[in-house]
Amino acid sequence: MEEIGNLMHGFGVALTLPNVGFMLIGITLGVLIGVLPGLGGANGIAILLPLTFSMNPTSAIIMLSCIYWGALFGGAITSILFNIPGEPWSVATTFDGYPMAQQGRAAQALTAAFTSSFVGALFAVVLITFLAPLLAKFALKFGPAEFFAVQLLTFCSFVGMSKEPPAKVLAAMMLGFALAAVGLDSVTGTLRMTYGVPELLKGFDFLIAVIGLFGIGEVLLTMEEGLAFKGKSAYINPKVVLQTWAELPRYWMTFLRSTAVGCWMGITPGGATPASFMSYGLALRSSKDPLSFGKGQIEGVVAPETAAHAAGTSALLPMLTLGIPGSPTAAVLLGGLLIWGLQPGPMLFIEQKDFVWGLIASMYLGNIVGLLVVLTTVPFWASILRIPFSVIAPVIIVICAIGAYTVHSSMFDVWLMLVFGVVGYLFKKLKYPLAPMVLALVLGDMAESSFRQAMLLSQGSLSIFWSNPLVGSIAGLAIIMLLWPLWGVIRGWAKARERERRVW
Amino acid sequence: MSEKPETSGQSVGTRWPELIVAAVLMLLAVLVIVDSLRVGIGWAEDGPRSGYFPFYIGVLLLLSSGSVLIGQLLRWRRDDPEFAERGQIALVIAVLVPMAVYVGLIALLGIYLASLALIAYFMRRHGRYGWPLTGAVSVGVPLFFFIVFERWFLVPLPKGPIENLLGF
Repeated sequence: MEEIGNLMHGFGVALTLPNVGFMLIGITLGVLIGVLPGLGGANGIAILLPLTFSMNPTSAIIMLSCIYWGALFGGAITSILFNIPGEPWSVATTFDGYPMAQQGRAAQALTAAFTSSFVGALFAVVLITFLAPLLAKFALKFGPAEFFAVQLLTFCSFVGMSKEPPAKVLAAMMLGFALAAVGLDSVTGTLRMTYGVPELLKGFDFLIAVIGLFGIGEVLLTMEEGLAFKGKSAYINPKVVLQTWAELPRYWMTFLRSTAVGCWMGITPGGATPASFMSYGLALRSSKDPLSFGKGQIEGVVAPETAAHAAGTSALLPMLTLGIPGSPTAAVLLGGLLIWGLQPGPMLFIEQKDFVWGLIASMYLGNIVGLLVVLTTVPFWASILRIPFSVIAPVIIVICAIGAYTVHSSMFDVWLMLVFGVVGYLFKKLKYPLAPMVLALVLGDMAESSFRQAMLLSQGSLSIFWSNPLVGSIAGLAIIMLLWPLWGVIRGWAKARERERRVW
Repeated sequence: MSEKPETSGQSVGTRWPELIVAAVLMLLAVLVIVDSLRVGIGWAEDGPRSGYFPFYIGVLLLLSSGSVLIGQLLRWRRDDPEFAERGQIALVIAVLVPMAVYVGLIALLGIYLASLALIAYFMRRHGRYGWPLTGAVSVGVPLFFFIVFERWFLVPLPKGPIENLLGF
């Protein structure tokens, strides 16, 4: 087992005193970011990225990835105690987590959420440990058609799996692609859609979009709901933890299914948010007692948290092996790698052994540290949320403005952030999903160039997407995903007709 | 936003916001399509032209936002779910306007003084804090960021005439 040896070496790298210190700082910052509305994994890391340029890359990525784990953990706290998802991927956790808190079972819900997060992440890290080197080898055979088919599957899954109306999912996604296309076309050198505005030459940076959509948009939404957080307080004592742990093995099937969903959605860039909804839906559908969901069913906390953390973690797998980020946050980390002078991809596993295996080992350690930190410090985070929003809101706005400015040192970006904030608010209110838009913005250029290369190979014939079994099955699955909502629409219509007939 | 007689007077329906957002998206789609046609959507000797991919993006955007728009028009006479209450919209605007002023002030005064003003405004206006606490937080936070960014991490942020006077 070559991987085990590499991993042990990685533990040697990660377990130095400064790196463990960075891990703790990262987890703490991450939970803070995850708890505060308006700051999330993606925009939190985006804002902090410029501060790590002077650090050694291994320590920097350990700290930044720990921020990510911390944010994943932190999102659950606000969802369960305050019914406010601190992160988009913890929206599904509110469905059953908040009712549990209302029934006085907050400690149980939190323990279940943290433990499921930990289990999901652990499975995903084991997967990364053994699959990443294999995938890196396998990926060398991928052509542009295969890459595009994988991306197509990602985006079609959004249409098929989202709770939002398919037309709006598609519209939000296409807006992301359109924004990604603005600026200089790197293949032909032509300017596109700039309409003579010089600031648009460099296009729309997704970091700005992330900060605006999730940061400012979230502040506006929170403001609308009033300035006070009305939450349940919680204190986790060891007895409840042990009791909940004793109960959890009963849901092994949910754990397995959610981990599988999470890992799949994380590797194909579906991301943590759809993964959490999907696995919640699956748990609901396969439950013997579906009516108890939404009323404080512990399985309804286990399923989305496991999947979200599994997806969030496994999103780093394609980022490391293929250079395709599996989530907005992974995309931000990818940007970091490039800035530190590391080229993600198969060669990373050969040339930067210390870095890769140090990072993977830190995922194991970071999640253990994270679990311990959140289990012991919940009351502290809950009390941070009690600081009135009239103090937190302007500070978050200032942090977002600083973050947007430092990306390119440009004032135009700060204005742009404000515009994206309004867009984020309107989209949230009108149920346009933000995740596909951001991912389209991140992957737009990549998807376009693989599509164009595929078209070049086939001289413009779409038949290249079913020219061999591999690409054919990925593309076929994508089409099924895309058409999935139609089935629901037909059934919905039939049901509505039936009901109308009965009423009249 | 025009208020329809059948809505309760206290809330704004989703009808108009829905329609306007869909229309703006359609407009953007037209912009994408027009510019893609300009740079060419066909093939050159060396492969697809620049508009090849964005053109279809634009078409899909037009179709999807168009279907949202038509769906909204078809539903026009039926129920109008609440977008937000008037008071809530007033609150959002009460945040949005200071934000815009803040970004404007960054360009004029630099980020530190602008942040001071923003935090003080929020705490006085929305939090109704007394001057001592307001002063402490609104001076403390920008000072903290100044030390972190300019001193520790050496990342320069926008500065204005006052910082220049002080020699930074």
